[in-house]
Amino acid sequence: MEHIRTPKVENVRLLERSSGQRRISTGTLYLSATHTIFVESNPDTRRETWVLHSLVSGVERTPSTPAGSQLMLRCKDFKVFQILIPQEKDCSDVHSSLVRLSHPEKYSELYCLSFNPSVNKEEREESWRFIDLMADYKRMGVPNNLWVTTAANSEYRVCDTYPSEVFVPKSATPAVIVCSSRFRSRGRFPALTYFHQDTLAAVCRCSQPLSGFSGRCQEDELMLQAIMKSNPGSDYIYVVDTRPKLNAMANRAAGKGYENEDHYTNIKLQFIGIENIHVMRSSQQKIIDIGDMRAPSMTDFLWGLENSGWLKHIKAVLDAGVFIARAVADEGVSVLVHCSDGWDRTAQACSVASVLLDPYYRTIKGLMVLIERDWVSFGHKFSHRYAHLDGDPKEVSPVIDQFLECVWQLSEQFPCAFEFNEHFLISLHTHVYSCQFGTFLGNCQKERRDMRLSERTHSLWPQLWEDRAEYTNPLYKAELSQSQAVLRPNTTPYCFKMWKGLYNHMDKTTPARQSPADVLSAVREESQQLEEELTNHQEVPPGGTAHHNHQHPGSRQGIPHTKPLHTLNAR
Amino acid sequence: MEFSEHIKTANVEDVVLRQPLHPPLRGTLCITGHHLLFSDREEDEGRSSGQVLLLLRNIDAVEKRTSGSSGTITIKCKDLRVLQLDIPGMEQCLNIARSIETLSCLDCVSEMFPFFYRPSELNLQDQWGLSSPEEHYRQATELHNRWRLSSVNRDYSVCPTYPRAVVVPREISDDMLVKASRFRQGGRFPVLCYVHRKNGMVIVRSAQPLTGANRKRCKEDETLLQAVIGGSDKGYVIDTRSAQQAQQARMTGGGFESKSCYSQWKRLHRHMERGKALQESLIKLVEACGDESSNMDRWLSKLENSKWLSHVQTALSTAGLLAECVERDGRSVLVHGSEGTESTLLVSTLAQLIMDPGCRTLEGFLALLEREWVQAGHPFQQRCAHSAFSHARLQHESPVFLLLLDCAWQLWRQFPLALGFSEALLLRLADEAYASSYGTFLCNSEQERSVAGVREKTHCLFQALLRSRHRDSYCNPLYERTELAIWPSVHPQSLQLWRGFFLRWTPQTRLLEEAQEEIRNMIVEWEKLVMS
Repeated sequence: MEHIRTPKVENVRLLERSSGQRRISTGTLYLSATHTIFVESNPDTRRETWVLHSLVSGVERTPSTPAGSQLMLRCKDFKVFQILIPQEKDCSDVHSSLVRLSHPEKYSELYCLSFNPSVNKEEREESWRFIDLMADYKRMGVPNNLWVTTAANSEYRVCDTYPSEVFVPKSATPAVIVCSSRFRSRGRFPALTYFHQDTLAAVCRCSQPLSGFSGRCQEDELMLQAIMKSNPGSDYIYVVDTRPKLNAMANRAAGKGYENEDHYTNIKLQFIGIENIHVMRSSQQKIIDIGDMRAPSMTDFLWGLENSGWLKHIKAVLDAGVFIARAVADEGVSVLVHCSDGWDRTAQACSVASVLLDPYYRTIKGLMVLIERDWVSFGHKFSHRYAHLDGDPKEVSPVIDQFLECVWQLSEQFPCAFEFNEHFLISLHTHVYSCQFGTFLGNCQKERRDMRLSERTHSLWPQLWEDRAEYTNPLYKAELSQSQAVLRPNTTPYCFKMWKGLYNHMDKTTPARQSPADVLSAVREESQQLEEELTNHQEVPPGGTAHHNHQHPGSRQGIPHTKPLHTLNAR
Repeated sequence: MEFSEHIKTANVEDVVLRQPLHPPLRGTLCITGHHLLFSDREEDEGRSSGQVLLLLRNIDAVEKRTSGSSGTITIKCKDLRVLQLDIPGMEQCLNIARSIETLSCLDCVSEMFPFFYRPSELNLQDQWGLSSPEEHYRQATELHNRWRLSSVNRDYSVCPTYPRAVVVPREISDDMLVKASRFRQGGRFPVLCYVHRKNGMVIVRSAQPLTGANRKRCKEDETLLQAVIGGSDKGYVIDTRSAQQAQQARMTGGGFESKSCYSQWKRLHRHMERGKALQESLIKLVEACGDESSNMDRWLSKLENSKWLSHVQTALSTAGLLAECVERDGRSVLVHGSEGTESTLLVSTLAQLIMDPGCRTLEGFLALLEREWVQAGHPFQQRCAHSAFSHARLQHESPVFLLLLDCAWQLWRQFPLALGFSEALLLRLADEAYASSYGTFLCNSEQERSVAGVREKTHCLFQALLRSRHRDSYCNPLYERTELAIWPSVHPQSLQLWRGFFLRWTPQTRLLEEAQEEIRNMIVEWEKLVMS
């Protein structure tokens, strides 16, 4: 609380901008330890706007006007709030408070460590068990006679950014694992992320080898051999280096690099060309700038879009996933994926491949499992990438944003293949940044364990699961997923669009555009009810009273029979 | 039949047909006066996929390539489909190509297929069209006080591109109309096209005034416009040209309503692209969509360079402006550009879709198209003679109607519940405008249609659509009437490439169609349950 210079300012005007629409309201501004709260003074509405400090990415003071001094709050979820404060002094106080509050220096300042929903200790512990990665490995059929867990990394001895339990080829001995890890950046040795039961091919991940120009490591070579042997149907593996080839080559000068095909027998090396985190950071900034343009012409917009390079990068990530999925599903060949450290581009490529390969990851629960596995457990540096604490701005990059966007682009191409809707992806995006839950805090499993986050914070997953009704895609066809297990997307440039829903939040309060999803969800729900009632109805013996009391779900909800949907629109 | 002289080879066996979304077929190719017919060998097994019946009129370009004793013909259609035929025998191949080239662009209206199309379920005695200007006026009783139906154009002598009957202010006599018509290009004097029920304000449309360099005036034209606004103190003129273009038009005898002569009218200029520029835009866009080798930068740059989406944006924003003047500002508006048969119709149609729930039903929308495009004299035959693939020199082609359908699609996408028709209807209309079995889009005006006997000798598309057994697929299952205006967002992010049309023959579009099908099924299932 010591950072709050002034907790309350009256007669403040708030201007919200979203999707080209603007609304202005007058009210009182409050600063709490965790939120900026604006309460509209209009007694009829008293609408409240809450902005989490940890979601604020920037606080700018814009030139004062006769009406007062202005503050601009930019949020990590791409919302923008403009605040007009009558007194210069108040504005300055609010500004400096917010600058400090939005740049926490210690984990203990974060919202998740004070966020305290009314659940008891047991429930909290239960919430952390909601996603069970071992159950998912079991679902995909491991351990088996090809892949086993290894104790090598217990207590994070071999690789401190990996989970303590990982799956490796059965023939890989602890000595091979340990030596291989010494030959890989940050000790990130090859480990299983997805096993494809139909073809017995696997997706594995690691970091770049420390090969330099001529270095080699026999155990690492044995490790890759072991991966190949764990797929009886194939006599080679792909090594997918997700970096542009030039970057990979440049790394050799620093004693790192990529696998030399002369040393590793039976590998096929493939470069994908996803750019590094710095390129992605500045590309996303350009996309955000497009959203800020007042009244752009179509030409401005399309130039801006091209110039940002954003969709090109999204396509590169999706292409990486498509390559892996094809190798595994169509060719039956195992793939080892890496980039430099193996925690950004590698996470993207592996998780996109899993979404393409396995319909389970296209369900609400499945996507949670996937993020927990490929991102959380394998040490994606959430706190650094999403600037949870004030730190090195060069570490920040929208890595998981791009994964979520790939999933969104896929859902646009396959409208019936995903159980979840766009809101789910946007909610995930918000929570990656919000620090309301402990799920994404820290940079690896070890860090989270050392911070005892499971005792001090709550898990996001059960919360999202509870709200799943609002995240459900009414067009989802589960039975289709069975027949079309592997998604084969088209990645021709014209299949990509700017993700308007994320970069330009629809203002929920203005008269909404009509949403077919809402209507369809209501229709689906009501159909189910009606079906149930019909079944019940048939069970009633002739002459029973059920019919007498029977009330139409339609009329019960005040929905007229022929046109049921008025109530929904009237909201 | 005289077509036979164009058909040297009518049948070829052992032809391989390649078309998007289907595996290649081997079978027999047959050319008739109006159709290309292909049927594969296994047709007796009852597989319908082996049959292709293509209206020759639908063919925009034919490219032939011969090698050795066989040849390949690539057929590019106006619905953007590209087919390929591998034909054994060089001479046969050349004959077929020549026949298609000739028969696909017959000039004489009476030789066109609609005059030969006699499906068993339709009768030439059936009602032609949905409504006439007379009926439309009769039903709009709220008009009768201030507006009358004039048959000054009963023999098309006052304005050759107007229908026989038009609605004009009650106090303006036919004599005055005749004089006013001489002051407007093509005789297109201001006529009523829409009355806003909420406030009685109107939209009238015309061609440009012929003020010329000498700033000619016409008292009758001024009186007519004064009568349009009646007691109100102000009206708007939306000129679909830039102020500069309007100025330049004076040099060639055209012009605009000057402040001094039309003191109660405020002019708003909105530059809308037309004619050749629009056609070139379409050509560039289709080319970009067909080039799958582009990388992302190149695709976005080509998309921008085509300017098609800019034209969509301008059309919707000008229509929005028009609707705003009427609904929010409570003013009557005169719309025109130069000839008043292109962008004028585009914005007046879109504005009515935005404001009037009556135009948003399936019937209402078709009736709107009939009034504002067919009867109002959009020269369909000239504008839709060729589409994006044609190698022929451009003459009067311009995809204004396609642009309208694209804009209607954008509205449909932004307001998925407010429009009673489906994307399938818009696609069908796009096809029919360029190649049709029906007479509706034949000719360039009502006069031409009357001379050719279109009403007597062809079937009406709109009636056929409404009676079609596919009618359900032309309806929007989510439709729910709203009385509110539907204000489109014209922010570039809110406008999208119409994939259903421009990328229609890609597998991805099939997936989107399946999703629409799923929506339809869900609603049908639900309705069954509710009724049970």
